[in-house]
Order: sequence, then structure tokens, then C-alpha cells
Amino acid sequence: MNRLVFNNIVRFFVLILIQVLIMNKINFYGFLNPYIYVLFILLLPFETPGWLLLLLSFATGLTVDIFSGTLGLHASSAVFVGFARPLIIKFIGEKPEYDITTQPKLEQMGFKWFVAYALLMVFTHHFFLNMLDVFSFNEFWQTLLRIVVSTLFTFLFILLFEYIFTSRKDKK
Amino acid sequence: MRNILVFLIRYHFLLLFVLLEIFSITLLVNSTYYQSSAILKAGSRVTGNFYNSVSNATDYLKLKTINQDLARENALLRQMKGVSFLKNDTNSFWVNDTLYKQQYRYIVAEVVLNTVGKRNNYIMLDKGSRSGIQKDMAVITSNGIVGTVVNVSENFCWVMSLLNKHTRISGRIIKNNQMGTVVWNGVNHLYGTLTDIPAHVKIAKGDTIQSSGYSYIFPAGLMIGTITDFRVEQGDHFYTIPFKFSVDFNALQYVYVVNNLMKVEQDSLKKVTEGIKDE
Repeated sequence: MNRLVFNNIVRFFVLILIQVLIMNKINFYGFLNPYIYVLFILLLPFETPGWLLLLLSFATGLTVDIFSGTLGLHASSAVFVGFARPLIIKFIGEKPEYDITTQPKLEQMGFKWFVAYALLMVFTHHFFLNMLDVFSFNEFWQTLLRIVVSTLFTFLFILLFEYIFTSRKDKK
Repeated sequence: MRNILVFLIRYHFLLLFVLLEIFSITLLVNSTYYQSSAILKAGSRVTGNFYNSVSNATDYLKLKTINQDLARENALLRQMKGVSFLKNDTNSFWVNDTLYKQQYRYIVAEVVLNTVGKRNNYIMLDKGSRSGIQKDMAVITSNGIVGTVVNVSENFCWVMSLLNKHTRISGRIIKNNQMGTVVWNGVNHLYGTLTDIPAHVKIAKGDTIQSSGYSYIFPAGLMIGTITDFRVEQGDHFYTIPFKFSVDFNALQYVYVVNNLMKVEQDSLKKVTEGIKDE
């Protein structure tokens, strides 16, 4: 259990660092804004109580906000995706055999389940965030393009991250 | 009482969600809200130092372009210096002239954080109130206008760059002195849009847009960009003019913050004038 907490804390810092040092500086025709810190919210254990899930999401968002100077933008989107998480998990359908240590990770839940889960979560987050940032439907298609491109990139990054940081032990 | 408690416990997830969401959206919407600037101020004490050390390391990679920019600017300044003019009239002298009074002062600052890919982009500089920077000062480079200071802490400041939905500055087409408004449509960080130019005016590709000087923030005659295209949208009486920014926002390193020494005087005069209008 302690190891689980420790892993999540390390993941938090690593993701925030990658986000503010690399991802915030990516500029591909101005459309690519990956927000990979969502992965932290994605990978919290199934058994995380609801209030903790929301508070952790809020803390993640606020940290990114302070580093990017957009106070409230990431915080509200992260809280939203934290709120949506139980619904999305229910929507996809859980695997029947999971115990207290099961995490929504690629190697534990299977490829298909994880792809559906990650895509839905990331899209929810990016959609909410970009809509809130632009705050008008005047440029809807442009915003949608922004959302889709960024979602795909974040998703690819998440897959990569999962494959790289999967310990051999878990794979058995 | 018991029922309220049961209700709270039962719906705590939803209630907490609504509470946090209201809190963060309030933070987002009220950008002038005291708390938000206080949180950013406290935050920038940490993040500013962090970004500062990162940019200390990445500075070296950009030295070449910076040197070229500086050399070009030095050449320009040297051209303006007294010694580079030939005296062809023995009756004129360089004197300490009281006809001219300094209106603008320039503070050099370094960019520690910059984005160009979002709909609303901000820049963080490594100078703050301690170096004399205040809200609403202009930020420029030797190539042209960058943005406006929107938030100041002790050692850092946040700048709203031209690449922002909320930025509106007045620009002038130099060829025919027509005034327009410079906005950014969010597509490409290299191109902005000039609007509010009446459709009967003759313009051409390659015309220069400069700052008009009709604000208390930007000095007149600063480069903004060059026109790349123009069209009149159907049913509109004004041009939509895409233009190329003279500043490459993706390669910002050192900028000047412009302090208008006469802003207070101009402001108070404006207030007096508007006060008379109201009566």
C-alpha cells in the first residue's frame, strides 16, 4: 500500500515536470497543446475515495495553473475529469476480477479496455479545457481541430509512458 | 439536522465537485480578482525562480541570434548618434535642448516563460516591481511590439502577448495613415489580423503596419507587421487584413519594457476631459 502511494507521488512530480518543461513549449502550427498531466488522474487506483479523487485532481490542475499562469483553467478541467472518471469507468464496464490493488493500468486491464478509457478521459479533459479557454462557439471547428489533435497526441504519449514505465514484475 | 448530515454524506462527491468547480471558475473569470493575483504572486516566487534556472541553461543555445539582433540595433543607434552626422552648417550646435523631454524609458528584461500555441498566450519576464515595472506597461523588442504587462510581482511580471484573444491595440498603415485595430484569430503565431480599415481605402500587399501612438502605452512608430493579404468579407464595410508579425513570438529572448513617464499626466488630463463631457 505504501509503495502504491509512493509510486503515485513520484508519478505526480514526473508528469508535472514533463508538462511544464516540455509539453507547454510544443508548438506545432499552434494547434498542438498536449496536457499529459491527466495521466496522473487516469492512473489513480480504483479504490480511491471520491473526495480524494476530486481533491487530488484539483491539486494537480492548480499546480499546472500556477506554472502556466492560467489560474483556474487547468484546475476546473482537472476537477471535471476527476468527476467524470467514475462515470467513464462504469460506462466502459469494469473487468469482474479486480481486487484492492488493481489500478486502471494498461498491463492490468488489457489493451482494449485501456484504450477506450484513456481516449474518453483525455478527450473529456481536452474538450472541457479548450471550450473554457476559448469560451465561444464562433471558432467551433477550429477549436474542435485543436481538441482532436491534442487528444491524439496526449493519448500516444500515455501509451508510450505506460509501455516504458511498466515494471517486469507486474507483467507476469 | 440528521437528515442534512445524511444528505451531505450521501452526495458529498457531487457537492465537492460543484464546490471546487465554482471556486476554480471564479478564479479563472476574475483575472483582476485580488485572490487570483495573490495566488499567482505567491506562485511566481517559486515558479519564477524555477523557470529562471531553466532559462539560464537554455540561453546559450540562442546566443547567436541575440548577438545578431544586438549588432543590428547597435548599428541603428550609431546612425542616429551625433558623430555620424556631417556638420554642413557651422552655425548649428548640439546643445542640451529643453525642447525635448524624455517621455519613454526602457527596462531590459529576459523572457523566462513563453507560449505561442494556445488561444490566449502569456509571457513571463524576470523583472518585476522591484525593477520599476508596473501594470499596463508596453513590452517591445528591437523588431516590434510584443504585448502589455498585466500582472506584476516583486521579481517577475506576466505579459499578455499579441497572441491573445483579449489583446486589441491600434495600428496604423504607414502609407496612408489609416488607423485600425490589431487582433489575433488564434490560428498561426506568425500572422495577425488588422481590422476596422474602411473598404474604400487603397492598400497593397507589403504595406507596413506600425503602432499609432494613440494610446498611453505604446510609443508611436513601433513595427507591428507587414500586410500579406487583404479582403472585404461579404456584407462588411471594412477590410480583413492578415499580416505577418515583425516579431517572431516563438524566438523571444530579451525584451524591453517601456515606461511612459507622462502616463499619469495623460491619464489625469483624460479624466478631466471626460469629467467635463459627463456634465
